[in-house]
Amino acid sequence: MEKLKKKIGSFSFWNWVIASIIFRLILIYFPKNLNLSSRPEVSTPLTSFRRLAEGYWLKQSSMSSYAGSMYHGSPLLLSLLGPLTVKRIEGQPNHLLYSLVSVIADVVSAMLIRATGQNLRLAYLRSLESLDLVKQIDVSEFLFSGDIAALIYLCNPFTIVACVGLSTSPIENMAVILCLYGACSRLIPLAAFGWVIATHLSLYPAILIIPVIFLLGCGPDSPPRKLFLQRHQQKEVLNQLKLPPGFSWGPIIHFAFWAFLWSVYVLVLCGISLKQFGGLWEMFKSTYGFILTVEDLSPNIGVLWYFFAEVFEFFRNFFLIVFHVNILFMILPLSIRLRHRPCYLAFVYVAICSMLKSYPSVGDSALYLGLLGWFVNELADMQFSLFLFCGYVGVSLLSPVMHNLWIWRGTGNANFYFTTAMVYACLQIVLVVEGVSAVLNHDRKLRILITGKP
Amino acid sequence: MVLLQRPHILLLLIGTHQFLQCWIAFGSVNEEGQKQAEFSEELLLKPLPDHKLLAHFHFQSSGPPSTSNGCHHHLFPKAISQLVQKFRIKEMELSFTKGRWNYESWGGFDPLSSSNAKPPGVELWAVFDVPQHHIDASWKNLTHTLSGLFCASINFLESTATYSTPEWSFPPASGNVRYGTLPCEAVCTENLTPWLKLLPCRDKAGIALLLDRPSLYRGFYHSQQLHLTSTGSSSEGIDSGIILEQTLTVVLQPNSEMAIEVHASEKHIQPSWSLSSIFGKQVSGRCVLAKPSSVYLLLDRGLSAANGLTSENFWSNPSFELSANPDRIFLEESSSHSKSLSILYMFQVEKYCESEPFDIGLMWKVPVAWLCQQTPLHASRFLMGSGNERAAIAISLKSTQFTEGFMSANSKDGSCELRVDVFQVVPWYVKVYFHSLRVFVDQQPRAVSDIIEKIHVSPSKDKMSPGVMEVVLKLPCRVNTAALTIEFDKGFLRIDEYLPDANQGFDIPSAIISFPNFHASMVFLEDDSLNKSPLLSKFQEKCPVMSYTEVLLVPLTTPDFSMPYNVITITCTVFALYFGSVLNVLQRSVAEEERFLKAKAAKKTGRLPLLLSKLSAKLRGSGINQN
Repeated sequence: MEKLKKKIGSFSFWNWVIASIIFRLILIYFPKNLNLSSRPEVSTPLTSFRRLAEGYWLKQSSMSSYAGSMYHGSPLLLSLLGPLTVKRIEGQPNHLLYSLVSVIADVVSAMLIRATGQNLRLAYLRSLESLDLVKQIDVSEFLFSGDIAALIYLCNPFTIVACVGLSTSPIENMAVILCLYGACSRLIPLAAFGWVIATHLSLYPAILIIPVIFLLGCGPDSPPRKLFLQRHQQKEVLNQLKLPPGFSWGPIIHFAFWAFLWSVYVLVLCGISLKQFGGLWEMFKSTYGFILTVEDLSPNIGVLWYFFAEVFEFFRNFFLIVFHVNILFMILPLSIRLRHRPCYLAFVYVAICSMLKSYPSVGDSALYLGLLGWFVNELADMQFSLFLFCGYVGVSLLSPVMHNLWIWRGTGNANFYFTTAMVYACLQIVLVVEGVSAVLNHDRKLRILITGKP
Repeated sequence: MVLLQRPHILLLLIGTHQFLQCWIAFGSVNEEGQKQAEFSEELLLKPLPDHKLLAHFHFQSSGPPSTSNGCHHHLFPKAISQLVQKFRIKEMELSFTKGRWNYESWGGFDPLSSSNAKPPGVELWAVFDVPQHHIDASWKNLTHTLSGLFCASINFLESTATYSTPEWSFPPASGNVRYGTLPCEAVCTENLTPWLKLLPCRDKAGIALLLDRPSLYRGFYHSQQLHLTSTGSSSEGIDSGIILEQTLTVVLQPNSEMAIEVHASEKHIQPSWSLSSIFGKQVSGRCVLAKPSSVYLLLDRGLSAANGLTSENFWSNPSFELSANPDRIFLEESSSHSKSLSILYMFQVEKYCESEPFDIGLMWKVPVAWLCQQTPLHASRFLMGSGNERAAIAISLKSTQFTEGFMSANSKDGSCELRVDVFQVVPWYVKVYFHSLRVFVDQQPRAVSDIIEKIHVSPSKDKMSPGVMEVVLKLPCRVNTAALTIEFDKGFLRIDEYLPDANQGFDIPSAIISFPNFHASMVFLEDDSLNKSPLLSKFQEKCPVMSYTEVLLVPLTTPDFSMPYNVITITCTVFALYFGSVLNVLQRSVAEEERFLKAKAAKKTGRLPLLLSKLSAKLRGSGINQN
């Protein structure tokens, strides 16, 4: 942490941003040698660039883009990005325009993360002030979490690989970040737009509606409301002004209205583009249906592909329900315990989804690792951070090796690769568990500071 | 006596009798007017350039309309006629093939090869005369019936993932056709026996007597076919006859002992053979039910040209000697683009009997070398790429000596084009990216739209339907080589979807390359007696020239087949770990922790509790320590 602070102190934020963009551009100019777009870590059936190009080809030859089991993305993405898959500029790399769109999406995401991070930091300082803890906690030691989060997002090798590997996850991530940014800065239409688009693109961000409701209802992350009340009871003067606002339904109704409007808009657009090919039902079947039934068993960094390749047909439906309900079961306990920290709740949800989703890729990990940067101050006391860092590095080095041994050399077998996926899942579990416990401890610490007793 | 007493009854009886007689007479006339059940047996022998011999057995039975004689059949197999009636088949072809037809040396342009060269394994196509939405159900039932009839696993063609609906590139094209292949089906004598059961004399008499199993299956190529045509349409309720053609094509290596004895010095001489030397049997008379029962010897254009045979001197041939005198000799009708003519020697089996069995032998005197007529372009197909993740299929077309001739013939009109249809079915686990289709002409990449005139694609659906690609290529006549490449990803299957021998790989069925501008037909100059021979009249039909490519073997990645329990338990453990630890973190409250710590402090004895308390202190984090 100290090192990171020093580094950020010595280099300016913008230098890092420019460096990361230049690095991406350099990689884009050598795509042939890297072949990142067909790596299983980068391109899942949902985010693969080649499948997007195939969907566009089918659409161009006046067939439904969902005709085969190739394309499973949104028809809007196809209309927007499809033409870029075939457009070529003489003397330039094949998919230059498409890669540039990915780079722009990454930079926009980073900027939104930065703005949200600054927002969160201000809110945090304000709440400390209202708790009169400013003297006890050295505010000058507070890191600029927005800058850190943006840099983590931009310089993370996972993000770079997902961007250069031409997957669509930079755009999906941007939609999620847009939603959180809109909710934090109370731009309700923008939040609703981000939420609808993110849900439309990859289904799982649908559960972000809970953090968004908390964000809109009671504002960004702050210590538990009970602490404020205790503080004021100690002082025996109830200063209403210093209390954080209670839960208000107004913005939520506003959000619901906008979300409805945007989803109708998106559905109408999809309906128009799929009018002659089976309509919306076809789209839901081959996007959401494909996500939920885990039909494609090609290897990825998750664990479900091997599980469903091996499990007996008889139990398949049972386990499909079990794994998806696993995500849903955690929503309620987490939202009760972390309701005063909606942004952190959103981070935990994103992390859980990227761990349990049917076709995870490194792009999803890049998102939650970027969001992690918002909470550097709260998570300063997190345990096992070195272990986790080493684990992530180790897995991301070993996993391609095992894949190569299994698929290309034929000397290893599927279990080798599955083991790395298993370890990766465990690492993410440790990250979620430790992260949640660190934030709860942080709140506990604040309470001790206020009440003065353990 | 009672009858005599009651004369009117007698009269009535006589009247009835007369009426019955009339009715019967009328019925017989009606029967004679229509086609009778007929059966013919023919055998065609053809020497091949690479010292091999092609034997083509052709049995044809035609069944009369079923309305005229109910369910009774004299010659026609009942099982087949029931099959046709039940599933309302217009046309059907089933072939069992072992080995691969060698287009380069056995030819591909004559009617014999274009209708009898089949892909390895089982190929089945059928045209139904039922409404569109019933076709798939009929197909399913048909596969099961055929699989029972022929002791083969044709029922695997039942699932929608194995058969396809060609739109236009498959020659008997119409909307109601279904096409399926099983490239890995092993063909053996157990498939031949039920096939022989359909013949009226089985293999007990006639030409079928030659079908000696060991010598048949010793051959290089073996293709056993069943072709059904239900002539006329039965949609109006008029049921017309069925024609059942059963053909068996074998390519055998004649035992060259005779040649060695006679011409030991000359190595290049064609091996001499006789029916008894290649099949180990002789024909002792015809099958009594067979109307024409004849054996033909065909010398194709190249061979007759090499022998110097012309329309004048074909009676006296200097280069070879036949052991039996032919009953007739047919000459091919001269065609425009070739000077030499095929010659057909005909032998009638009727003349021979048990005591004097029929045996024909061919003894070569001088070495001859010739080439069979080849398809306009020689097609081959191969896989590109390594590893088990992705690869590419390449179909390459190479010009043969035929194209040169064709080119010189057509070069006057300047812009001459060669049309090639490609029909390719891929199983669903070969996930083809159709946008990656590339065309190379003379090793130069060309724009797809320049060469491909028409393309129809139906992409594969996982476990639902195979991918079908139908392409019409317009190639310039002067083309030397042309290639189509298309990339695919290899799919990953569930463990129970792998075949028992999973590491062997999976087969991609042959692609069909057809040349719709060319028709293979052989018209023999002769009189009306020709019409009676079904084999020769079949030769006269214009059939499109088509060739099958090789079957490709795609190795797919396998999971560990012994792991299901381990994977299930380990994965579930990880999920339980996640669920439990997150819930634990969430429900842990400060008060509980304090109580726990106090209890620990109260009985602070032993090493283990100390360790535990240290651990719990660590778990609580440094928040409390700071305080």
